[in-house]
Amino acid sequence: MQIKVTDHNGIEHDIDAPVGGKIMEAIRQAGLPVAAQCGGCCSCATCHVYVHEAWLGQLPPPEEEEAEMLELAEDCREASRLSCQLTAVEEIDGIRVTLAPGSQL
Amino acid sequence: MTGREGLVIVGAGQAGFQLAASARSSGYRQPITLIGGEQDAPYQRPPLSKAYLLGRSAREGLALQPARYFEDHAIDLRLGMQAVAIDRAGARLHLQDGSSVAYAALVLATGADNRALPVPGADLRGIHSLRTLREADALKDELETARRVVIVGGGFIGLEIAAVATRLGKQVTVVEAQSRLMERAVTPEISAFFSREHREQGATIRLSASVTCFEGQEGAVSAVRLDDGSTLPCDVAVVGIGVTPNTQLAVSAGLHTRNGILVDPQLRTNDPSIHAIGDCAAFEGGDGQIRRIESIQNAVDQAKHLAATLCGSQRPYEAVPWFWTEQYECRLQMAGLTSGADTTVIHGNPEERSFSVFAFRNGQLIGVDSVNRQRDHVRARKMLASGQAMTPEDLASDGGASRNTGVPVSAGAERV
Repeated sequence: MQIKVTDHNGIEHDIDAPVGGKIMEAIRQAGLPVAAQCGGCCSCATCHVYVHEAWLGQLPPPEEEEAEMLELAEDCREASRLSCQLTAVEEIDGIRVTLAPGSQL
Repeated sequence: MTGREGLVIVGAGQAGFQLAASARSSGYRQPITLIGGEQDAPYQRPPLSKAYLLGRSAREGLALQPARYFEDHAIDLRLGMQAVAIDRAGARLHLQDGSSVAYAALVLATGADNRALPVPGADLRGIHSLRTLREADALKDELETARRVVIVGGGFIGLEIAAVATRLGKQVTVVEAQSRLMERAVTPEISAFFSREHREQGATIRLSASVTCFEGQEGAVSAVRLDDGSTLPCDVAVVGIGVTPNTQLAVSAGLHTRNGILVDPQLRTNDPSIHAIGDCAAFEGGDGQIRRIESIQNAVDQAKHLAATLCGSQRPYEAVPWFWTEQYECRLQMAGLTSGADTTVIHGNPEERSFSVFAFRNGQLIGVDSVNRQRDHVRARKMLASGQAMTPEDLASDGGASRNTGVPVSAGAERV
């Protein structure tokens, strides 16, 4: 499936995401500079993304662990998610996300 | 290139990689050379003793960035290459192939090496240590056919490997020289909890026990002998007894070292054009203590800080240390440094595998160890970062329990 990722400079990239994998991993494997310091175990909030409004409702709501860690994210908003907690599934093919402040390498 | 320009980084682990990446994203425009001793491009080490060893994460997923990232960001990545000497007067770094690189700024991110266990038989086949991807592959291969595994060292690495091996159905014994697990890094309550957890999962934990030798058959390890005379038969042994910082390059260049390469609050050595970051760097904390921290957080935060400094920032380095480990279904997260605590307060319930130990010194919060309790960990990091005061009384009024006062944490005995 495909994801549209807007980087820290405002440039949008179309990237491939293997179905079943984590969106954070797809972003990193595409060579986009996402920090993801803890490697995807929901411990650091440096894979923070803003999910485009149109897609926000398509995602399962954050689990408690993610919601709590988001408190450490820089400029946390309603659209904030940790991309290591988002799984690439067919239902969200084409999802648009923006790399949030604090997530750059 | 002969002029003094460019950033040269020795070590392509988490700290070295992060520095190259952060320098570019902070707008550093001069050449960057990243020199790695290993053959593999920069990768994540934390999964090596956890999901990767268990076979639950693929090798491809370990890369910190794909190869084209380095090309796209003009980072000259040189792998399988050792730096052999620093010519400080000429500002050049000499490499093992006889070539040299000029630098305006040189950064030592040389990391640390696993400490060897100096006992007879330590060179037998089947005795492993774990730091690199290749070492993880070798251990993973041998674990497939092993039945009995002895882990020497009850620190983070040893216990993570013990948890994986136990899950893989191996008969596991952990031998720890201290009287409790993870003694240097966690509160006694956490040590006791993890002893119990490992035992419940089927591992054997031997505390206050030292290895006197490894016994072998046909060149391969067959048993580990302890100082009380007992013998633990095994097919595989793993030694995880800590690390020593790689300071040789710094020492031979006349840079100051003390259990690490000494750096000032700007992460500079005594040569202003040479810095050190990550596991190899000994730095002064906000409390004036010299410390060396072996963690991802420290590697990443120091690298980011130095990238900003190279781009003109004057701020001193300061960060709240945090760390995590995963063993079985328990995720332990640590915020701050708890050693030297005089009072601890437990929040939550160890029986339910969800609790935190708040550690205080002189009435002030210094650190929090949390098991499966993200809320407390997040709160601790926020409080420690903001310098917000918290006393044991504040916590007690907030539902804390099991206060333990007057017993220095380092002297705490394990309750198992």
